[in-house]
Amino acid sequence: MLSINNLCASVEDKDILKGLSLDIKPGEVHAIMGPNGAGKSTLGSVLAGREAFSVTDGSVAFADKDLLELDVEERAREGLFLAFQYPVEIPGVSNMEFLKASVDAVRKHQGKPELSSVEFMKLARETSKKVKLDQAFLKRGVNEGFSGGEKKRNEILQMMLLEPKLCILDETDSGLDIDALQTVADGVNAMRSAERSFIVVTHYQRLLDYIVPDFVHVLADGKIVKSGDKSLAKELEAKGYSWLEGEVA
Amino acid sequence: MGDLQTAALKLAETQSAPAWLDAVRRRGAERFAATPWPNRRTENWKYTSLAGLAKKELRLPEVQPVSVPEKDLIALDAYKLVFVNGVLDQAQSDSLPDAVATFASVNEQQIELVQSRLGALADSSQHLFAALSEAASTEGVVVHVTAGQKLDKPLYVVNYSSGEAAQLIATRVLVVLGVGAEAEIIEQFISSDAQQANLVAAQTEIFLADNASVQHYRLNLEQEGITHAGGVFVELGRDANFDGFAIAKGGELIRNDYVLEHCGPGAHVELQGVYMPRGQQVVDYHTNIKHRVAHCTSNEVFRGIIGDRAKAVFNGRIHIFEDAQKTLAELSNKNLLTSNRAEIDTKPELEIYADDVKCAHGATVAQLDDEALYYLQTRGVSKEQAKVMMSFGFINELIQTIKNEAVMNYLLPILAEQFGRENELLQLEAESFDEL
Ligand SMILES: Nc1ncnc2c1ncn2[C@@H]1O[C@H](COP(=O)(O)OP(=O)(O)OP(=O)(O)O)[C@@H](O)[C@H]1O
Ligand SMILES: [Mg+2]
Repeated sequence: MLSINNLCASVEDKDILKGLSLDIKPGEVHAIMGPNGAGKSTLGSVLAGREAFSVTDGSVAFADKDLLELDVEERAREGLFLAFQYPVEIPGVSNMEFLKASVDAVRKHQGKPELSSVEFMKLARETSKKVKLDQAFLKRGVNEGFSGGEKKRNEILQMMLLEPKLCILDETDSGLDIDALQTVADGVNAMRSAERSFIVVTHYQRLLDYIVPDFVHVLADGKIVKSGDKSLAKELEAKGYSWLEGEVA
Repeated sequence: MGDLQTAALKLAETQSAPAWLDAVRRRGAERFAATPWPNRRTENWKYTSLAGLAKKELRLPEVQPVSVPEKDLIALDAYKLVFVNGVLDQAQSDSLPDAVATFASVNEQQIELVQSRLGALADSSQHLFAALSEAASTEGVVVHVTAGQKLDKPLYVVNYSSGEAAQLIATRVLVVLGVGAEAEIIEQFISSDAQQANLVAAQTEIFLADNASVQHYRLNLEQEGITHAGGVFVELGRDANFDGFAIAKGGELIRNDYVLEHCGPGAHVELQGVYMPRGQQVVDYHTNIKHRVAHCTSNEVFRGIIGDRAKAVFNGRIHIFEDAQKTLAELSNKNLLTSNRAEIDTKPELEIYADDVKCAHGATVAQLDDEALYYLQTRGVSKEQAKVMMSFGFINELIQTIKNEAVMNYLLPILAEQFGRENELLQLEAESFDEL
């Protein structure tokens, strides 16, 4: 599914990722934890293709393609999805229209028939119920004036509509109340399948009680410094990151 | 005098009905003749050329038995008046309530009202095309809502330009609202096709007595060939309220002057506008808000998207007189250029003679937000389409503030088409979203 090899990336001449390697097979859920500023969001940005981040070394293969060669929108159409830590507000662009444009683009690329406006609106309504996002949010501007939790639900809504191969969730649990966390986790769990993989970035072991990962990695100073199974998350919760310092160096 | 001026004056002189407008026509003709033809050094016309207009061979309005296509009309529950080339078309118009009359159907009182008020705000000694419109004046609408009354439905005035000749259109709208009176006025300007080349010098004057309130729409949806040189002139009494919306798609030249005067304390002006010329179209808004007295407020927001080789001018003047203490005045003008040959001249003009006022003023050339573009792309939307969606969003933000839903729902597909977007979804969203 995804194979990251010795990835090095910088932003504004500052090295952030320093030789990161990670292998993800279809159907797997990988949790990534790590201190603030370690480069977790940067990894998401680099995988999604954000221009400001330049890859200085390494390679990324995604479903047999050289991911780094693809444009941002091509990556999305190939099935890569990044749920943002801080989703962007786009006033004036209706959420419904945005969702349709997005689903149209992805389906077209994948050779699936286009949904009619009516079909699409039905689908969007049903899906928004699943993430407990009120209909009214479909009519509003993209994320415009949404609360933190509503923005995250909107991200999950998009993920469900786009049915990606690989979902990267960047701190989707931050700022969520218990009910919202359950909703988001239910959404993710409903989408788990033998063909779909997840990278779940989080600071909290709590989320991993709901979304049980196959692997847990610690990302520190631009590298994966430790990998383990779900018990590693519990250990981190108890001990923090300092005991890993030796491995960071 | 320029050639066009001479020709226009000749045409105007042949107008003789109704007779009770004789004095107005004479005054207009004198002033029009006395005003030098604008050039680049003329203060009010610095950024906009009238060269295209000067080439037109103007004719008097032709009475044409054409019906305005249904799709061009706004689905409004309103008193509708249809003027085709400035001439009232009874068959397409509704019967009117007592408060509204056309110049052809006025009673003695309304004649007096027109004679005393017409031109009192649209000063023909100051505004060239107000003078022309007086000189050629034959048709118009007068609205007089007496104290405490409310016009029970909006007045919807359709100005349709059609036919091959470039005709001189001089329709007037005069609105007088008594103390505490209310009305909603929708003025729509459309043309039959891109070649239609009328000169539309339509002037609107609105008198708001104390506590009166008007919602006003001026929808310039004419096509490429039109020259529009119109204006909206408003006087506000104590606690009066003007809530205006303006849109101009673009034409040979679509010029509108807004002059709004706060004459009683507590008056408030809210004015929003959008423009989106493309091709070689030109749009020009000159707005002038005059705060004459204390404790008044004004909030003005205009946004424009200028594409191809089009051009827009926005001249926003705020004049705060010495006595106008505690004034709150805000003006914002943002522009998006979608081509490097597009042009915007945006000029804020502040004249403040009172010391205790709050005045915020911003005129900018905006750029699409990279962050938002990236976000859309991560959802599979191409960069090109993302730009289109965001450009539309830039204008749509203001469209969404329109209070009359029928007007908003009418404008959305037009804008969508302008931005080359799918509008089926918009329509569904607007009409039947809740029933699905
Ligand atoms: N656009 C940018 N310009 C400059 N520096 C940046 C930029 N984006 C990220 N950085 C820096 O890169 C480093 C890694 O940031 P990143 O957002 O990837 O951390 P993170 O692991 O996601 O942290 P957190 O847990 O706080 O979300 C930080 O030092 C950050 O300041
Ligand atoms: Mg982060």
